[in-house]
Amino acid sequence: MDTTAARPWSGIRKTFTYKAISDALWQSNPISKQILGICSALAVTVQLNTAIVMSLALTFVVSFSNLVISSMRTLIPRNIRIIVEVAVIATLVILADEFLKAFMYDISKQLSVFVGLIITNCIVMGRAETYAMANPPIRSFVDGLANGIGYGSILCGVAFFRELLGAGKLMGYQVVPQVLYNAGYENMGLMLLAPGAFIIIGLFVWLEHVFLKD
Amino acid sequence: MENLINIFLNSVFVGNILLAYFLGMCSYLAVSQNLKTSVGLGVAVIFVLGITTPANWLVYHFLLAPGALTWAGLPDVDLSFLKLVLFIALIAGMVQVVEMIIDRYSQGLYNALGVFLPLITVNCAVLGTSLFMVERSYTFPESVVYGLGSGLGWALAIVAMATVMQKLRYADVPEGLQGFGFRMIVTGLMAMAFMMFSGITL
Repeated sequence: MDTTAARPWSGIRKTFTYKAISDALWQSNPISKQILGICSALAVTVQLNTAIVMSLALTFVVSFSNLVISSMRTLIPRNIRIIVEVAVIATLVILADEFLKAFMYDISKQLSVFVGLIITNCIVMGRAETYAMANPPIRSFVDGLANGIGYGSILCGVAFFRELLGAGKLMGYQVVPQVLYNAGYENMGLMLLAPGAFIIIGLFVWLEHVFLKD
Repeated sequence: MENLINIFLNSVFVGNILLAYFLGMCSYLAVSQNLKTSVGLGVAVIFVLGITTPANWLVYHFLLAPGALTWAGLPDVDLSFLKLVLFIALIAGMVQVVEMIIDRYSQGLYNALGVFLPLITVNCAVLGTSLFMVERSYTFPESVVYGLGSGLGWALAIVAMATVMQKLRYADVPEGLQGFGFRMIVTGLMAMAFMMFSGITL
């Protein structure tokens, strides 16, 4: 029996697209491995709701900016590429921002300036500069998608613990039963404040290093 | 006056742009290994923020805000959706100017800051301060004070962090925690210390 039949995925594993995805999600996750894009990652993680919306917004921006920049990559003069990249990214961020304001007003109020700050998010610039400038459009798009999801996974993980431990809720619904509160359980106020986010992300990285050691 | 001092103290300590709003983390984590570079970058950020925040105030209030174009005879135009693009363009231009000035007058500082100066453009703290300034509808003097205060707060945080890391260089950190994770936790403890200032008002 040949090995391809035994492991039907092995053919897919050799493609560039698979490599781009697994890199972004696992081997070099933008937040926990490359330390990019934490700027905005922590402020929106008090609630799971805002974290999910933020992840979607970032995934949208990074995948489409990769697509656009990659399709223009042969036309962009080398010297002014940063300005071109920023212009493309800023346009997409404005689109995302206006969309949120129109359809999810409450959440966009909570996210306040942090959607706008996607422009300066190092992940978006980093992918445009290192991947999209050197690879064909479709693959760049997938790379952007995977990076957005990789970013989102950490964001939602941190938000999950912060909301659960800090407020006893998930997505705004009470999950810690009243019985526990009556028995003397208390919400951990620290988790809702800034230091909680730093400490949780530190512990996250520790956990990952311990379990994923090669 | 009291109001201005209040905004200043608040932006340096309680509402520290780095420790309370998490802005400017990327360059903070990259540079905070070395005390000398941290001081240099801190000064550069104070400088850039002190200029760009008032400059962006002027741009916003004379070009972009609803009704701002009255002086040009266009009272109904609202261009505020363009603020992201214009702010980032202005910041990029300003950083370029600062880089040229430092290159001309202080070669040592220029060499020390190296690649980090262009990075100030994508330092979220700079754009974030401008956006907060709009969101909180500060007046012009308030925006000057707020820009300087945020810069000082950021510089204070990065210098403090570099000092702490220097002290901890030979600390016995658990293996998996070394590097990024450890720095995040130290930052968390530092943020906790900064929150102690929150009772102070004038």
